[in-house]
Amino acid sequence: MMTASSQAHSVVAPSPLAQRIAGAIVVAYALITMVPLAWIFLTGFKSGPDSIAYPPKVLFTPSAEGYCNLFTTRSRQTPEYIAQLPPSSGVCDTLARATNMVVVGSSNYLPRFVNSLIIAFGSTALSVILGVTAAYAFSRFRIPAKDDLLFFILSTRMMPPIAVAIPIYLMYRDVGLSDTRLGMILLYTAVNVSLAVWLLKGFIDEIPREYEEAALVDGYTRLQAFFKVVLPQATTGIVATAIFCLIFAWNEYAFAVLLTSGEAQTAPPFIPIIIGEGGQDWPAVAAGSTVFLVPILVFTVLLRKHLLRGITFGALRK
Amino acid sequence: MMNAPDPHVLLDKAARATPEPLARRVRGLSDRAIAWLFIAPTIVLLLAINIFPLIWTIWLSFTNYRANRPNAVVANVGIDNYVSVLTDPDVWAAMQATAHFLFWTILLQTALGFALAYLIDRRFRGYGFWTTVILIPMMLSPAVVGNFWAFLYQPQIGLFNYVVSFFTGIPPSSFEMIGSVRLAPWAIVIVDTWMWTPYVMLICLAGLRSIPAYIYEAAEVDRASRWRQFWSITLPMALPFIMLAVLFRGIENFKMFDMVNLLTSGGPGSTTEVASITLKREAFEKWRTGYSSAFAVVLFVTVFGLANIYVKALNRVKNR
Repeated sequence: MMTASSQAHSVVAPSPLAQRIAGAIVVAYALITMVPLAWIFLTGFKSGPDSIAYPPKVLFTPSAEGYCNLFTTRSRQTPEYIAQLPPSSGVCDTLARATNMVVVGSSNYLPRFVNSLIIAFGSTALSVILGVTAAYAFSRFRIPAKDDLLFFILSTRMMPPIAVAIPIYLMYRDVGLSDTRLGMILLYTAVNVSLAVWLLKGFIDEIPREYEEAALVDGYTRLQAFFKVVLPQATTGIVATAIFCLIFAWNEYAFAVLLTSGEAQTAPPFIPIIIGEGGQDWPAVAAGSTVFLVPILVFTVLLRKHLLRGITFGALRK
Repeated sequence: MMNAPDPHVLLDKAARATPEPLARRVRGLSDRAIAWLFIAPTIVLLLAINIFPLIWTIWLSFTNYRANRPNAVVANVGIDNYVSVLTDPDVWAAMQATAHFLFWTILLQTALGFALAYLIDRRFRGYGFWTTVILIPMMLSPAVVGNFWAFLYQPQIGLFNYVVSFFTGIPPSSFEMIGSVRLAPWAIVIVDTWMWTPYVMLICLAGLRSIPAYIYEAAEVDRASRWRQFWSITLPMALPFIMLAVLFRGIENFKMFDMVNLLTSGGPGSTTEVASITLKREAFEKWRTGYSSAFAVVLFVTVFGLANIYVKALNRVKNR
């Protein structure tokens, strides 16, 4: 059924010329939108003066300064003090000493990044588990006021985060969840689960009921049929949903900046406040942004077959 | 059957000897129990973390509570907060800024997103790779994006001004995207469109792929032109998906906070002060918790009402 439709258009294939024009336009669009991304990537390898040069520099001598400033904290010292120090221990130390600075420790970027990993993947897993079970129930069972309940679930996503931040803050403080990873996981799950239910219900609706009924006749219980028949069939939808949930949880800023201060703070509130001497340290900001993009990019690229196929599959409705 | 776990074998035998509805009850949980078991955790979570704070916000909106003075006496002020919200010119200015932002981002993203999806669906060589490349902007954090575009928009050293000046000859320092009252509203529209067109494209692509091939085949047999096929098959059949994308982007951009906050923080003046930024100012800078709660409720009711009407229209299109 799926293969039939993914080849569907080839029956009335566009002419080679039309294909080539379409390809050229899409590639041109992709390249244009890549420019800001390429600029972030390049700026991460520039020295401070190169990053703010006029005209903007495309060719430059690569420097580790951005990445060093991202991962370390430095303090200013007198040249005399630096002169009497033992020889520098690494690239970052050497770079710092050239500007009369000394590396005094590691920055908060790494702990924030680890928080991002735990909170984003934790809440994605939880959202998908809750989403797939609820979606299955909505898809297969007679539930009173089903449509209203579904709209209620969607409507929870309409609330501006700022609007509920104060009550959530007060509530979390009372139950001891403020500035904890668990609190943020639950919060992001609550935001994402509505999307997960809606997306996954679309996928599960597409799985023919006959499959489960055959399993039930074969002696499976409802739960066994769910785990052994429905879940494998819904893999594509689950992966596509997980990608969307992860993108949100990984990148969320408003709740993170308002509700966390240290322990559980993720990277998005941290990156924009990387300040150097005399303003924002753009190479360090760019380095932080680049490193932060890597996990989600890897995740999406590895699973992109599912994303594209998943979207198609969910769309195969009458 | 061969794979069924051992302890169940006996029960299964008993089950198969009994009539169908009874059999299910003998073996494990009933459908009703499973339905509740599967839905309850989601509902409980939403009630605890979404609905409870919402009710709290509604309660706060009728008080003069200030979150920075937790020990002050809280008085019930009736609908005073709502009256001040609805008569506040700043609120109406914020609504106008939001409307401008919503209208242009949705228009541009839908047009570009659908066009891209249509072109990608021509399945030229390597379309899978380029589709993935196009998706990258939407994987970034809006906060990081807003922050970095502030750098790209810098009049002297920014890449954006340099590129514009390179192609048009206008000196790069003669215009400020985020510093000028005239250009700033467009600065946030450009960034949001850059970031979220891929999302609309993805949903539109799903819509285009959902159109069964036999419809096009029939149209070919009838010698309908490609132009005609587009207007009478492609567009109408992809419309529910386009509308869904508009709904999702509309809801998200109505709440827009992170990207704009880091790009312009509402400035210059209040030209890009979309609703959520006004909300943040009232709630976390002026600490007028009661007032900001009333504003939040007004916003929520607005988006809830609009979405409700829209979903009804969407369902009508879908069931056509």
